[in-house]
Amino acid sequence: MKVLVAVKRVIDYNVKVRVKPDNTGVDLANVKMAMNPFCEIAVEEAVRLKEKGVASEIVVVSIGPKACQEQIRTALALGADRGIHIETDEEVQSLEAAKLLKAVVEKEEPKLVILGKQSIDSDNNQTGQMLAALTGMGQGTFASEVVVDGEKVNVTREVDGGLMTVALNLPAVVTTDLRLNEPRYASLPNIMKAKKKPLDAMSPADLGVEIAPRLSTLKVEAPASRQAGIKVADVAELVDKLKNEAKVI
Amino acid sequence: MSILVIAEHDNSSLKQATLNVVAAAKAIGGDIDVLVAGENVGAIAEAAAKAEGVNKVLVADNAAYGHFLAENLGELVAEVGKGYSHILTSAGTTGKDFMPRVAALLDVAQVSDIIRVESADTFVRPIYAGNAIATVKASDSIKVITVRPTGFDPVAAEGGSASVEQLDVVKDAGLSSFVGEEKAKSDRPDLASAGIVISGGRGMQNGENFKMLEQVADLMGAAMGASRAAVDAGFVPNDMQVGQTGKIVAPQLYVAIGISGAIQHLAGMSDSKVIVAINKDEEAPIFQVADYGLVADLFEAVPQFEEELKKVL
Ligand SMILES: Cc1cc2nc3c(=O)[nH]c(=O)nc-3n(C[C@H](O)[C@H](O)[C@H](O)COP(=O)(O)OP(=O)(O)OC[C@H]3O[C@@H](n4cnc5c(N)ncnc54)[C@H](O)[C@@H]3O)c2cc1C
Ligand SMILES: Nc1ncnc2c1ncn2[C@@H]1O[C@H](COP(=O)(O)O)[C@@H](O)[C@H]1O
Repeated sequence: MKVLVAVKRVIDYNVKVRVKPDNTGVDLANVKMAMNPFCEIAVEEAVRLKEKGVASEIVVVSIGPKACQEQIRTALALGADRGIHIETDEEVQSLEAAKLLKAVVEKEEPKLVILGKQSIDSDNNQTGQMLAALTGMGQGTFASEVVVDGEKVNVTREVDGGLMTVALNLPAVVTTDLRLNEPRYASLPNIMKAKKKPLDAMSPADLGVEIAPRLSTLKVEAPASRQAGIKVADVAELVDKLKNEAKVI
Repeated sequence: MSILVIAEHDNSSLKQATLNVVAAAKAIGGDIDVLVAGENVGAIAEAAAKAEGVNKVLVADNAAYGHFLAENLGELVAEVGKGYSHILTSAGTTGKDFMPRVAALLDVAQVSDIIRVESADTFVRPIYAGNAIATVKASDSIKVITVRPTGFDPVAAEGGSASVEQLDVVKDAGLSSFVGEEKAKSDRPDLASAGIVISGGRGMQNGENFKMLEQVADLMGAAMGASRAAVDAGFVPNDMQVGQTGKIVAPQLYVAIGISGAIQHLAGMSDSKVIVAINKDEEAPIFQVADYGLVADLFEAVPQFEEELKKVL
């Protein structure tokens, strides 16, 4: 079975994000970029499915500027077979991303599509669900376990009250949560091999999708910072402060 | 303007988050209807009808909605919601699951996790794990929005007298089915809405040691939370994770024990009124947001904390 994985290029999760002085966005100049951590988990899951003999081919797709090819190459080094780059310098919002991915799904006809549950830049948590709706597929979001069983996939999901398992008809969409797996690192030989793996580039227009953002960002500000607190000497002082100063107990 | 709020509940009680979402709807302004979709939800519909500011409660009571499967809820809400100017629900795992389907089916954008309403089409939401706060304007004719409950004070649960109307729309997409669930059972308050939260991190070392925190939590009537590291290590269940990609909490008092204070953790708790940190590393970033910091070994400090609390509570 063919598995399609969507990976997004985002700011590295270790970078301390700074808002631009003119409040138009965050400063991304000379900032380390990386694959969205949830997408790394998505790639890893696909690779494990292939190692188990469940998946036969892994196609990885990324939407964004030329530099996204770095993240596609990383996924290829981790074990994906082939890459698709949908190149655009425009801002792509979740609905457009889902429409572009739908066009890829129609071409590639994967049995399973794996995405991250959330981009750590927009914190949207939308694209997988939107793709599932647009393609008429079932969805297993926030997955902590994925078991393919014939024409179905069982997905255990991390939900507010604990865990919930759903069975989905294939093809289906899965979005990854943190506990699904622990992604491996790419080895140097695999990084070298990845350079020779096929990578197709295309434009949104090639896929018949118009990029027409529905949301406009009016301003981006730094969050209100908290007043620096105090250090207490011992537990007795702590409890005294909580009771008599903060009055929260 | 007419606003449809999708109630959050578990088929047995209405979640407080619904009252926070109604508050967000009030901030937008207009008639507010609440849709209660689930199985055997008569009592929940009645509870929703009493909430302050609700005009009408719509009830979709069917086994197809019993487990809140996103495929079925998505179709239902897209159909019922298409006559409204705004569709809102709480940004819990259920809302996050079905709402983007609604947006896609209606071919509109979704605005996720809003914490403030500027006007009927302009909303404020955190991005980059709360490191930046964006003001976004939505141009679609229907605004599909998930609401971060901690951003809005809840409306009163009592006092309203909305009419209740049964819908006979049954949407069973036939794409998914419920297999089973493992619900973490606890008599403690709900983490997302508790007044006091006590969280443990990797410093707790193992699940057994969390019993120390449970005792303190029970003394204070607190909910229990955790860092990702504590959940990943298997000390505690996943639904206790507080943070960017876990639960967002803003209690009166948040106590972080053996938690370093990574930005992803702070994203979930830095709006708490009072923050206490107990950590043996005085350089731990958690101290930068803590109102009261105690540099100590938690294995000494937590039992002392329990003893001192017993004296005053
Ligand atoms: C995509 C992504 C999403 C994430 N989402 C979340 C999230 O939602 N929530 C979250 O919490 N994290 C999240 N993280 C993880 C986050 O980056 C940190 O790794 C995590 O919060 C660290 O947990 P911790 O503070 O318990 O562990 P550590 O950073 O290891 O800190 C342990 C602390 O315990 C202290 N300690 C140890 N022993 C003792 C003792 N005996 N007495 C007192 N103090 C002691 C240490 O000094 C240290 O400060 C996410 C990461 C990524 C990449
Ligand atoms: N530009 C993009 N390119 C590739 N995948 C994307 C893109 N945007 C979103 N995705 C996928 O959708 C997931 C969730 O993103 P979001 O809905 O933006 O939080 C990501 O983890 C990716 O798997």
